[in-house]
Amino acid sequence: MTRLQHGGSIDRDQPLEFTFNGKRYQGYAGDTLASALLANGVRLIGRSFKYHRPRGIVTAGGEETNALVQINGTADDPGFSEPNVRATTLKLTHGLDVSSVNCWPNPNLDVGAINSLLSPLLPAGFYYKTFMAGPWDRYAGAIRRAAGLGRVPKVPAKKRYERRYAHTDVLVIGAGPAGLRAALEAAKSGASVMLVDDQETPGGHLLDVKSGDGNHAAIQALAADPQTADLINYVPRTTATGYYDHNLVVAVQRQPDDAPWIYERLWHVRAREVILATGAVERPLVFVNNDRPGVMLASAARTYVNRYAVAPGQRAVFFTNNSSAYGAVFDLADAGITIGAVIDARPEPEQDLIAACRTRGISVYPNSVVIKATGKKQVAHATIASRSDLTRTRDEACDLLCMSGGWNPLVHLHSHSGAKPVYDERIAAFVPGESVQNERSVGACNGDFDFDTETFDIDALWEVGHNGTTGKAFVDYQNDVTTADIDLALRENFQSIEHVKRYTTAGMATDQGKMGNANVIGVVAQRLAQRPDDIGTTTYRPPFTPVSFGALGGADRGALILPTRNTPITPWNLEHGASMNEAGANFRRPFWFPNPGESDASAIARAAIAVRNGAGIYDATPLGKFELHGPDVPQLLNLLYTNRFDDLKVGHGRFGLMLREDGRLLDDGVTFRMEDHWLMTCGTGAASGVLMHIERLLQTELTHLKVYVVNVTSQWANICVCGPQSRAVLQSAGVDIDLSGDFKFMQMKSANVAGVAARVARVSYTGELSFEINARRRDALALWEALIAAGKPFDITPVGSETSAVLRIEKGFISAGTEGDNITNPFDAGLGWIVDMDKPDFIGKRTLMRDLEHDIPRQHVVGLLPEDPEFVVAEGSALLPREGSRDFQGHVTASCYSPTLDRPIALALLKNGKQRHGEEIVVSGLDRSIKAEVTKPVFYDPKGTRMRS
Amino acid sequence: MLLIPCPFCGEREEDEFVFGGDAKRERPTDPTSTSTEQWVDYVYNSNNTKGESLEWWWHAQGCTKWFRITRNTVTHAITPESDR
Amino acid sequence: MQRYSIFSLARNALTGHKNWQQVWRSPSPKKEYDVVIIGGGGHGLGAAWYLARDHGITNVAVVEKGWLGGGNTGRNTMTVRSNFLREASVPFHEKSLDLYHELAKDLNYNLMVSERGMITFIQSSAVNRVQMQMANTMHIYGAKYRMMGLDEVRRRVPIFDPPDDMRLPIHGAIHQPRASMVRHDAVAWGFARAADARGVDILQQTEVTGIARENGGVTGVQTNRGFIKAKKVAMAVAGHGSVVADMAGIRLPIVTQPLQAWVSEPIKPVLNEIIVIRSYHGTYLMQSDKGEIVIGQGADPYPSYAQRGTIPIIEDATAAVLEVFPSFERLKLLRHWAGMLDMTFDGSPIISKTDVKGFYVDVAGSGGFKTTPAAAKTFAHLIANDEPHVLTGELGLDRFHSGRLVPEGGVSANH
Repeated sequence: MTRLQHGGSIDRDQPLEFTFNGKRYQGYAGDTLASALLANGVRLIGRSFKYHRPRGIVTAGGEETNALVQINGTADDPGFSEPNVRATTLKLTHGLDVSSVNCWPNPNLDVGAINSLLSPLLPAGFYYKTFMAGPWDRYAGAIRRAAGLGRVPKVPAKKRYERRYAHTDVLVIGAGPAGLRAALEAAKSGASVMLVDDQETPGGHLLDVKSGDGNHAAIQALAADPQTADLINYVPRTTATGYYDHNLVVAVQRQPDDAPWIYERLWHVRAREVILATGAVERPLVFVNNDRPGVMLASAARTYVNRYAVAPGQRAVFFTNNSSAYGAVFDLADAGITIGAVIDARPEPEQDLIAACRTRGISVYPNSVVIKATGKKQVAHATIASRSDLTRTRDEACDLLCMSGGWNPLVHLHSHSGAKPVYDERIAAFVPGESVQNERSVGACNGDFDFDTETFDIDALWEVGHNGTTGKAFVDYQNDVTTADIDLALRENFQSIEHVKRYTTAGMATDQGKMGNANVIGVVAQRLAQRPDDIGTTTYRPPFTPVSFGALGGADRGALILPTRNTPITPWNLEHGASMNEAGANFRRPFWFPNPGESDASAIARAAIAVRNGAGIYDATPLGKFELHGPDVPQLLNLLYTNRFDDLKVGHGRFGLMLREDGRLLDDGVTFRMEDHWLMTCGTGAASGVLMHIERLLQTELTHLKVYVVNVTSQWANICVCGPQSRAVLQSAGVDIDLSGDFKFMQMKSANVAGVAARVARVSYTGELSFEINARRRDALALWEALIAAGKPFDITPVGSETSAVLRIEKGFISAGTEGDNITNPFDAGLGWIVDMDKPDFIGKRTLMRDLEHDIPRQHVVGLLPEDPEFVVAEGSALLPREGSRDFQGHVTASCYSPTLDRPIALALLKNGKQRHGEEIVVSGLDRSIKAEVTKPVFYDPKGTRMRS
Repeated sequence: MLLIPCPFCGEREEDEFVFGGDAKRERPTDPTSTSTEQWVDYVYNSNNTKGESLEWWWHAQGCTKWFRITRNTVTHAITPESDR
Repeated sequence: MQRYSIFSLARNALTGHKNWQQVWRSPSPKKEYDVVIIGGGGHGLGAAWYLARDHGITNVAVVEKGWLGGGNTGRNTMTVRSNFLREASVPFHEKSLDLYHELAKDLNYNLMVSERGMITFIQSSAVNRVQMQMANTMHIYGAKYRMMGLDEVRRRVPIFDPPDDMRLPIHGAIHQPRASMVRHDAVAWGFARAADARGVDILQQTEVTGIARENGGVTGVQTNRGFIKAKKVAMAVAGHGSVVADMAGIRLPIVTQPLQAWVSEPIKPVLNEIIVIRSYHGTYLMQSDKGEIVIGQGADPYPSYAQRGTIPIIEDATAAVLEVFPSFERLKLLRHWAGMLDMTFDGSPIISKTDVKGFYVDVAGSGGFKTTPAAAKTFAHLIANDEPHVLTGELGLDRFHSGRLVPEGGVSANH
């Protein structure tokens, strides 16, 4: 066991059992999986992406790229599975079952390790140069199986998610010393402060240094101060993952204390000011075999000793190029770990540090480097050389090789915000540049390090030079990118850092370059004899650490994924077996009402026949309805519609055609003139667009017009009773106005229908005598039921959208959403009769003038009579002059079986169609092509006498 | 996600609004006497400004008012019209 | 050009890969070129290669303000397909698929064209109608697009597991077997290497600051590296079409919009096909060769040159993905970004002459990666002959004047 006797913030009274690769181990509450594995002497955690090299734990934080595991279950959810989890941040829980990723059967006996032998054939970008004989898929299968890390779970997790929104004056990210001080100062000034931190407790890196440290105690006191707690909204276990426009920060909170049923909560935080106190991460040094298990960041080793009371090795060698590593040296030594040597690349390390080592009996070798680690699945020796002569080497035995290549401030969020990090020679790292949004960086993430030493001193060492030793020196562990890969990229003229990244894949692993990017930039700069500044960084993309799909979208489940709009009739429809479907603008409405055992087609036809011969009833509530008030409505309508409205009399309605400025169909509908206002109706799906169109005109261009528009779609229900018996149905239900005589087609009257105050209009989308009854929403269901009851003697039949479509096709009524396909203009659609080109202006008129100027082929709406009386052609079928031709002539826009005509019919857009009535054409479908006769686009009652009856 | 200053309601999240187009684009006052070339330019072509752009926005899920802002199409920085 | 093959790879392995040549040169600009192509992405580099190979025009420079493939070539989701509505679009996009399948051999560069097939779920009757129209138009031109029952979807995509009470139930699916994934960087690099080998000068870090004209025709380009004389200037700068065209005094019917994409951490293969859900939002996903789940959605609703992703679109699309693939819940988003789409008024590409003699424009419309080879080939034809290629006769700027548009906006709002 390598658990230390004392210390750490683990709870030794709470032992936890867990399983790794099928073997049972024990850790303590407060452990991460990584610390627990190290405590059990487990060093080999997994295999790398490409060469399947043995890999262990390198870090103690979220930047870990080697120690990834698959969760196979937890005590409270044995079926839970999650791929690619960092062992270093995975909180140990009782019953946790994990295994290695990307190796088979296990990391010790990994079959994929054969790739390591093939590695000379697999340099950066090898796949661009080969596998060109035959299709790539011939090779891709094997490559894809070899790639990937963990496995996607077989069953969904039973977790719940939440999204929460916050607004605050100041958002502080990071509860280390700098963040805590910033939060407290901001709170004292009276600002509202939110403090998010990814750890369980505040303290930041002080949690990782030896407890009892004076600074540490002060911070603990600060964090525990009740006054502080009141002032600051502190949210632990929360990682800020992205910084977006206008100071929006997105953060993921894990297992919030206030809602134990929630697994992850996604915060959207809008802050007036953002303080970034995200700290810095240590970077590795680049030498041969720097990926061997047992090679670890110095700071990570220190964390394992101090925070988790784990000795990550028994005999350590330190390799550093900066002063920060000495704190780790001392802590490890004081914990009883033998320090074999401290290899300091700097020619002149600080005398006091050397002296402090000497008092502990530790030898420091200045101006020296580790050029190689040896050992197969575990580091055994560090090969040490003088920087002035790399060929003179000696081996130092060790089972732990701690490295410190300097520190990278975590400038990711700063970069997300739109700012550009700049290189700071003093600390040999990129630091925040000029702010673009209202944010500032403080503490280590601003390059202001707060280490044990007075000043931070570093000698940038991007890689240890060669001395003829062979082997791989990694700059990106997970993606197996070596310095040789960078050399190859540069040799081939991939010199932009973005090209280096994309060609070698350095920085594209699951840490997104947190570990390796600085070294890649440094190596490239060195090779090209430029400064790191000239090379620049690649762009940091959010998220800062990977965010689960569950956190992002898991809150919007089931009905929450998209709103559903109902009408007052919806409950009746559901009760009566309607087949409900999407009808635009999030409305769901009946498509047909099948009787028990009846086919869909039969139900659709039965209702159509009822409308043609008796009576039907249709819930038209979803249609858009707008009230227009004000003296200038006629002027507005004259501009909105292609036809005139100023001469419309009170109590009358008119069908209008609305175009966009490009002369294409936006909508059609009937508008009524009432005593003191106008009522406009429009298509369900078009309603929001129509309202936007009208409001835009009124508020931006026609500001002199006195018109006020109110959307009353939801206030008024609309029930349509249609068919030759509709008048009788209404009379039987009880209506206080005369429904014949002077109540003409396209008129609207106030009336009391079946005891309900309503407005009755004679409009028709079916071609039959029809009455649309507008009633208050709350009265609508009672009215509907009264009409159904009154209609019983007439066999009144509820009508769904599919029947409605059949009726409109039979009548050749144009639908803006189908025949209007952004090419069709009103003349093409046969709606020229409604376009008043003599009006001085209307929206779209000038473009129609353009259309008339140009003699280009146009497609017209036509009718089709397929020759096979049993075959309904598919909507979308193509029209061809003859079978097998590629001379595309148009397509079918709407098609159905017409129960009235007892044959299939269709509407289509056909090139020059108006001149081709009577011609024969081939309707080419996917399954079958058949001939059809081109006709006028109206199959029933062409004069429209029935709807006017 | 933009935070858009509605002059009537104050700052609101982007998803309450609908982008309403380039506010510098103006409909010719007399389309009939406008040349086809000018008209086609108006209907189809855009300024598509890179940088400071005067724009219409519609507070569709709020007060339903149309208003103008200057938005930088590169940085997304917004200046309300009243501040200009 | 140094030939690439498994043998050259093996040979170079013996010498530690120290003898590979530069993939392209980095020459200094010449004083004058026959053709200057602005934009070093797939379209521009491809046009340069086709100019050299098909038309023998080799005194060509490709000028790129940043690094090759750094624009939309490197920011897309690597999907190529040809499911379009119009007779003016389908053969053009189909040609692009043909060329993609041949290019690895022609360029001696592996573009990793992976024929995954694309399955589009049909979740409303309006979508069904539009998809059927596509299928039939494509059928005429020999492009395969067929209905697929949900049983077959389940067989092919075992992780497909929608709930019984799905908010927008899936009525069926349609399958384009030839839809593929293509390694995007390789397209730029492969074209660049082959064009360079034929004498084309590739000038990176060279930003065009002006387009010089005399007597209604172009005479050259001003750049940060000095003036470069040119008989012809051709623009292929997805995302900056308006900015560059403006230098020549040309206004275009385009709006630059962000098009977002994002990837998960890599996992072992679970998804072979490219899947389109909620096609009216354009939400689609697929798994890359590396194992990442790549997701994209339609353009953001306002113009932007920011090239940054936003969170609401990702949340919205992820919810839709989880509805159909609930086992993806514990996958993790690794990286998200945005490209810039020069969206044309009708959604179709513009490959066209302009009112300025010798100045040509190539604008991708609703997404340019899929059209790269066909656009490059036809653009080269246009530049060389001053006449459009037969495939792009209807894709010129004159269509906006006459009104003969080629609308490919997908489904109208009236779904």
